[in-house]
Amino acid sequence: MKRLSLLLAIALLAVACGTDDGTGDGGSADCELGDISTLDLKADGTLTVATGEPVFPPWMIDDDPSNGQGFESAVVYAVADELGFEPGQVEWVRTGFTEAIVAGEKDYDFNVQQYTITEERDQVVDFSDGYYALRQAIVGYADSAAVGATSVADLQALRIGAQIGTTSLDYIENIIEPEQPAAVYDTNADAKAALDADQVDALVFDLPTAYFVTAVEIEGSVILGQLEEVGDQPEELGFLFEEGSTLVQCVNEALASLRDAGTLADIEQEWLAQGGDIPTISR
Amino acid sequence: MDLDRSRPPSAVPSLKRSTERGARSALIAFLSTLVFFGAFAVVVVNSEAWPAFRNQFFNGEVFVDAWPIVVSGFWLDIQMFVVAEIAILAFALLLAAIRALRGPAFFPIRMLVIAFIDLIRGIPIILLILLLGFGLPALRLTGVPNSPLFWGVVALIISYSAYTAEVYRSGIESVHPSQVMSARSIGLTQTQTLRHVVIPQAVRNVIPALLNGLVSLQKDVALVYILGVREAVREAQIITARSFNYTPYVITAVLFLLISVPVARFADWYAERDRERRAGQS
Repeated sequence: MKRLSLLLAIALLAVACGTDDGTGDGGSADCELGDISTLDLKADGTLTVATGEPVFPPWMIDDDPSNGQGFESAVVYAVADELGFEPGQVEWVRTGFTEAIVAGEKDYDFNVQQYTITEERDQVVDFSDGYYALRQAIVGYADSAAVGATSVADLQALRIGAQIGTTSLDYIENIIEPEQPAAVYDTNADAKAALDADQVDALVFDLPTAYFVTAVEIEGSVILGQLEEVGDQPEELGFLFEEGSTLVQCVNEALASLRDAGTLADIEQEWLAQGGDIPTISR
Repeated sequence: MDLDRSRPPSAVPSLKRSTERGARSALIAFLSTLVFFGAFAVVVVNSEAWPAFRNQFFNGEVFVDAWPIVVSGFWLDIQMFVVAEIAILAFALLLAAIRALRGPAFFPIRMLVIAFIDLIRGIPIILLILLLGFGLPALRLTGVPNSPLFWGVVALIISYSAYTAEVYRSGIESVHPSQVMSARSIGLTQTQTLRHVVIPQAVRNVIPALLNGLVSLQKDVALVYILGVREAVREAQIITARSFNYTPYVITAVLFLLISVPVARFADWYAERDRERRAGQS
C-alpha cells in the first residue's frame, strides 16, 4: 500500500512536470551544447526545421532555406552548429504559417518564419527566446518627405499611415503623435494606393513587414528608417516548438551562447541592416 | 369634407365611445408591449452567456473611453453628409430634367445622361470610391485635388445622384400628361413647363422616397473610411481592433440612430400630412 502511494506520487510529479505552464520555457532537459546525442529529436541525428512556403528575403534567399543565406537561415545554421550539427544534418520541411500555431504533435523539431512571440500563441505551442527584437520602421518612396528624418520630431508634420489593428498604428499615435492623425487602412494594398495618390508621405510597419512590403508588395518603396524601440518589452521573433518540447531549453542555450559571442548581432548586421544604410530615427 | 356631412346625428356620442375605446386599446397595446419586451429582456438577461455578451457589446468602461473619439469622427460624417446631400439633390434633379427633355435635338445629351445613370448604378459604390479616391489622384494631374475626403464625397455624390435621378424621374412621370399639355397650350416652352409645372409637382410626389435616400446616404458616408479617412465607423474599428470589444460600434449605431430615426419619423409625418392635404383638395 505504501509502495502504491509512492508510485502514485511519482506519477503525479511526472504529470506535473510534463504540464507546461505556458511560459515558453518548455520541459527541462540536460543538454550539452555540441553533443547531439543529448537532444530529443524527431529524427535521430537530424535537426528537422520547418519554414514557410515560399520564403523571401531578407529572411531567406532564393526561396532556398538550405543555402545558409538570409537572416533566418543563417541563424538556424548557427544554432545548429552550436548544438553540434553539421550543416548537412539540417533537414528542411515546409508548413503554412498559421497551421503551425495549433496544439498537438509536430513532425519537425522547430518552425521558423518570423513568429512573433505572443501570450496567446504560447498557450498552444512553445517558443524559444527571441532571436530578433521587432522594431517599427518607416516606409515610403525615395522622394518621400520622410527622407532624412533623424528624430520622431521630424516626422510630426508629415502625413503618416498604418494598417488597422497593428502595433505600428499604436506607435504612430503614442510615440510619433503627428499633427494630422494617422490615416488608417484595411490592407497594404490600400496603403500603397494612398502612397501612390500622394495622400500620405510614409507608412509605418514593423520591420519584418516592412521588409516584405518593400521587397514584394510596394514596388519602388524603401525603408527610410528604423524607429527607436519603446517600452521595456519589445516584441520578439522566436522559433516555434510543439507544446512541451524538451528541445526549447537547448536551443535557448545555443541562442544565448550566440548572443554572448556577438554572432547573432553579426548575422543581423549582415542580413537585416540592408548594408547598414537604414538610419535609426530616435525618439 | 363630404364624410362629415354624411355622418348620422348620433355621431357625437359614438365619437365619445370611440375615444374611450381608443384609450382602452392604447392601454392594451402598452401592456402587451411591456409584457412582450419584458419577457424577451428577461430571457436574454438570464441567459448564461449574457455577462460575456454585455461585456463584449455594451461595456460601460469602453463606452466612456470611446465616446468622445467616435463622436469627433461622427462630426466629420455629418459634414460630409450635409455637403453631399445638397449636391446630390441638385445634381440628380439636373440629370432627371435633362432626361425628361423631349425632341430630337436633345437626343445626344439625353443618351449621355441615360448612359451615365446606367453605368454608375451598375458600379459598386466602394469601387467608385476607390477609383476616385485613390485612382484619380495617382494620375498626379496638376490642379486636381488629391484629398481622399474630397474624392470620397464626390464619389458619393456621383453614385447617389444616379439613383436619385431615377427617383425624380418617377416623380416626373407621375405628373399627369394633361398638366404638360395645358402648360404648353398656354404658351409655355418645354423648359418653362418643366421648371414651373412638372418639377414642382414631381418633387412633391417623391419627397418620401428622397428622404429614404437621405437615411441611406447618412450611413453610406462611412464608406470613405476605406480611403484612410477617420470618420465614426473607422474610429470605432480602430478601437475595436485594439481592445477586442465591439462597444464602439454600438456607439456609432446610437449616433446614426439619433439622425435616422427623426428623419424617418419626419418622412412619415410629411407623407401623412400630404395625403390629408390632397384629400382636402379633392
